[in-house]
This record gives sequence, structure tokens and C-alpha cells, in this order.
Amino acid sequence: MKSLRSYAILYLIFLYAPIALLPIFAFNDATIIAFPLSGFTTQWFTELPQIPALIDSVKNSLYIAVITSILSTLLGICAARAAAKYSFRFKRPIMGFIMVPLVLPEIIVAVSLLVILLQLGLSLGAWTVIMGHVLICTPFSIAILNSAFQNLDPAMEEAAIDLGETPWSTFRLVTLPLVSPAIISALLISFTISLDEFIIAFFLTGTEPTLPVYLWSQLRFPARIPVVMALGTILVAGSILLLILAEMMRRRGLRRAGLQDKGGFL
Amino acid sequence: MTALIDLKNVNKYYDDYHVLRDVNLEIAQGEFFSLLGPSGCGKTTLLRTIAGFEAPSDGSLHIAGANMNGVPANARPTNMVFQSYAIFPHLSVAENVGFGLRKSQLSKSDKIKSVEEALDMVGLNGFGGRAAHALSGGQRQRVALARALILKPKVLLLDEPLSALDKKLREQMQSELRRLQRQVGITFILVTHDQEEALIMSDRVAVMFDGAIAQLADPQTLYKRPRTRKVGDFIGVMNFLPAHVTDPNKITLDVAGLGTVTIAPEQAPSGTSSGAAEIGIRPEMMSILFEGEPDRGEIAEATIQDRAYYGDMTYYDVHLKNVPEPVTISMKNIIGRPVLEVGETTRVSWDARSLVLFAS
Repeated sequence: MKSLRSYAILYLIFLYAPIALLPIFAFNDATIIAFPLSGFTTQWFTELPQIPALIDSVKNSLYIAVITSILSTLLGICAARAAAKYSFRFKRPIMGFIMVPLVLPEIIVAVSLLVILLQLGLSLGAWTVIMGHVLICTPFSIAILNSAFQNLDPAMEEAAIDLGETPWSTFRLVTLPLVSPAIISALLISFTISLDEFIIAFFLTGTEPTLPVYLWSQLRFPARIPVVMALGTILVAGSILLLILAEMMRRRGLRRAGLQDKGGFL
Repeated sequence: MTALIDLKNVNKYYDDYHVLRDVNLEIAQGEFFSLLGPSGCGKTTLLRTIAGFEAPSDGSLHIAGANMNGVPANARPTNMVFQSYAIFPHLSVAENVGFGLRKSQLSKSDKIKSVEEALDMVGLNGFGGRAAHALSGGQRQRVALARALILKPKVLLLDEPLSALDKKLREQMQSELRRLQRQVGITFILVTHDQEEALIMSDRVAVMFDGAIAQLADPQTLYKRPRTRKVGDFIGVMNFLPAHVTDPNKITLDVAGLGTVTIAPEQAPSGTSSGAAEIGIRPEMMSILFEGEPDRGEIAEATIQDRAYYGDMTYYDVHLKNVPEPVTISMKNIIGRPVLEVGETTRVSWDARSLVLFAS
């Protein structure tokens, strides 16, 4: 027991120590990233909004993340609902192949998309990044939504139909409210993934970089590194917040449906 | 008189699996009807076919004279109480009960009034504002009932509505359901695997095995005169003994080890032929002959093989002389009757009128 606990602690340190360095140096009053710390400052944070290229990349990233999260959640709803409600030929292989991008190396996805898009003569930009991001976010949203749709008692929808509702009004009045926490959770997770994603964005972004791509380009300038650290701190905090929110929504959904928590995505 | 519900030659196939086999059924207005059978016998499929959630592969279904072929569930004069109750957890009790009124032309105050009446009917007045997911099992059941009855359907379909309740609550709900059915006068069709529940509650019971109706009768006939050995075995406890029909006209038979008896025509299937057969007899139709108690006509020597004491009753497994299989006998524990020990010898008596003959 005791060794298991120290293993767990070591593991968590390994996992989070590098991330913990971000805020430490983001508030450090020196351009060189090294111990000992020289003093406390919020200078790097105040410098952030004064870089126009940075602001553009944030806007670009938010635009891509919002559209990606909506598209991949919509696709996820369709797939999860179909998988839960209907049985059709090759259902398992189809669902399996939809989930594959979850484990496919992103660089492979990125390079192949780039080749195809260039072959098709499409110009790179926000929409090509969105395409790539939808591809990798949809499996996540399906994974979240699938458990919500599977947990939904099929008798719920039948009861509404039995009481005179049409299939569409049943979906609106019963199904959607019961899976809405999972929908919100899928939106949040897709949003976070898209916002943080680097490789696909790097290959498909064209002349308008997303935030991670912009950050990477700034690493060449040592003087910018503390600012990057400050931005990284904000991103990490924001991502953690969104993930917590997503998990809270998922659990609330289970409670509302009066179901046992069978272990979700997180 | 035309039946309220009329099924003719209804068949249902799932791929190669024959779920309903030539079901013919007429159910009258105001009847409390049960579909009884083991799990997988097709009783729930039959109920869902009436509700409109399953379409028969062939055959016809009429409700109140109207052909239901192609009529979707939301347009049928039926409402259902689901096994899981399917109470909408995101709505209040009143919103659940009033769900079916959403499309009705009633004014808002009339809707509120009928929700209150429906809640009153199931003994839940004052519960309207509660959150549905906070209710107990018994309360959910009542909400499901009120929600299904508020539309005043011609038929109420109940899919194992009591199976999730504990024994005490189940017994209470059984009598309440019966009372409710008499009060509203609506035809109830109950699906259950609990033979006792079917006997207690129903006017008529259809016993189903393997997708086909094995026997359709009132509870007393079902219990006293099961048509097949399988039905007799499924309903209550029944002892089976090999027999040999010697005279099919007078229906005289040799029961293995017990001698010759003659039975009445209604105790035998029609068209009994001579040869090997089987007789069935209920445990309470045989008795152990205690001192000073009258016999029931037929008598056999017996040894007690096992016994189970239930308080009000004692069940004995008894070895009858010259009979290979042991039989079960139930005896009321009245004053003056001892409880016999294993190994004691005694005499057993029964009445030939309580025998049922099965063709083998």
C-alpha cells in the first residue's frame, strides 16, 4: 500500500511539475528562464494584449474552436444516437473506424490532409484547420455522447410517443433535455482540444496562425519566452477549468437521469 | 358483441426467430386480462404489438373495430405503463402526469384540474410539485399509472409493472390496481411472469410459451384444468404421475402403482385415446390421513421423504408405495394435526375428481 502511494505521488509530480513551472516563470521578474527566481511581476501578463499578432491568433483560434466544437458535437449526436437506437449492418466496424482518429498519430492525419487539400487545390486557412479538428474531435464527442445515449432508457422515448408525441417532439422534449449535459460536456471538450491542438493547425493553417502555432513561432525569440509562459499559464488554467466544467455537466446528467455513474470519459 | 381488441393470426419474426406464433385473441371492453409466461415467451412483444411499438409480420389487429395496421403508437387509443416506469426525470410529477395533455384542446385550468384528479386517483394528491427523480419505486409506479390514465385510453397496457417492487408493496399494489381498474372501467392488459399475480388480478389469463398461447381461461379453470402438462407445471405446483388409459370412452385409467380410476370427461383432453398418458394432481388435492380424519376416496401407503414447515402449511415430499416418483402434498397446520417427521409411514388419500389427464 505504502509503495503504491509513493508511486502515485511520483507519477503526479512527473506529470504536473513541468506544467507547474509555467506559472512560476510567468510571474518571474526576469527574461531568462532559470532558478533562482529574481522577483514577482505581472509585467508579462500586461504585455500580452499589446501584441497584435497574438491577439489575431487568439481570435483565429477561438473562431476555429467554436465552429469545430459545434460541428463535432452535432456529428457526435447523430452517430451516438444512431449507435444507441438502431442496429444496422456493419455497425461495429463503422463505429470503430469513426473512433480511429482517437489513436491515429496526428502528424499522419495532418500530412495526409495537407496532401489531399493541396491536390484538390484548396487554399489553406481557418476552414481547413476546422476540417482537421472536426476529424480528431468527433471521436471524443462520440465517446462522451455515446454513454449518455446508451444510458438513456429507451422506454423514455417510447413513453413520450405513447402519450401522443411525434418522434421529433419526443427528441426535443425528452431526449435532448436528458442528454443535454453530455452535449455541453462534448462541446467543452472539443473546444479545448481544438484550442490546444498544434500539429494539424501547424500544417493546415496557412497565413493565419492559431494560438499554439503562433506560440511555437515565438519560441525563437528568447525575449518573448516569459510572455509565452504567461500565455501558457492562462491556457492551462482555462483548459483545466473547461475540463472540470465538462465533467461536472456529465455527472449532473447522470444524476438527473437517476443513473449510476459507470465511469465516464474523465 | 365485437371484442374491443381482436388479434387474428398474428405472427412476428425477428430474422429467423419466430417470436409470435399465430396468436388469436379477443379481449372484451372492461376486462382485466393477463399475458402470463416465462421470460422470452413473447408476452411483452405481444403487448408492444398492441401498443404499436412492434409491427406484426402478418395477421391483423383491431382495436374498437379499427384496423391498427400502420397506425403508429402515438395515434392508438392505448397507453402504457412501462416496466421501468419511464418517468421523465427532468420534469416534475405534475408535468409528468400532464405530459399527454400537451396536445389536447383543454384550457390550462382544465389541464391542471385533470392532473390533480389523476394524482388523486392514484393516491398522490399534493405530490404534483415534487421532482420526479426523487420519488420512491411505489410512487413512480403511481405516477406512471396516472400519466397513462389521464388520456382515458380504451386500453391500458401494463408491462410487468410490479416486478420492481418488494413483496409487501407488490401485494398492496395488486389490490390497488384491481380497484383502480374497476373504478375507471378501462380494459387492462397486464404482462407478468408471476403466475400468482395473474391469478389474483385477472378476469382471464392467456398463458404463453414459445410465442404461442398455450391456454386462455379464467384463473379457476386455469388452475383446476390446465390443458397441458406445461401449463399445469407453470401455474402453481402440480404432481405428475405416469398413467395408462385403458378405456377411452368411460375414461378409465391405470395410474402407475395406484390402481384403476375413472374420471369425468372434463378432466381429460377431448379425443382421449387409449395408451400411455399422464395425470396431474395439485398438492392440496392430496392429504395425509391423520387419526379420525375422513379419507377422500382413494388411499395409498406412503413414507415421508422430506418436509418443509411454512407456519400455516407443511409441505411433504412423500414416497407413495409402488410409485417411482415422489409427490408433494400440502397440509394445513390445524389443531390436532402433528407435523410428521422424515421416515414416518402414513397413508395418503385423494379424490379422483381432482385428477387432470394429459395426453403424452
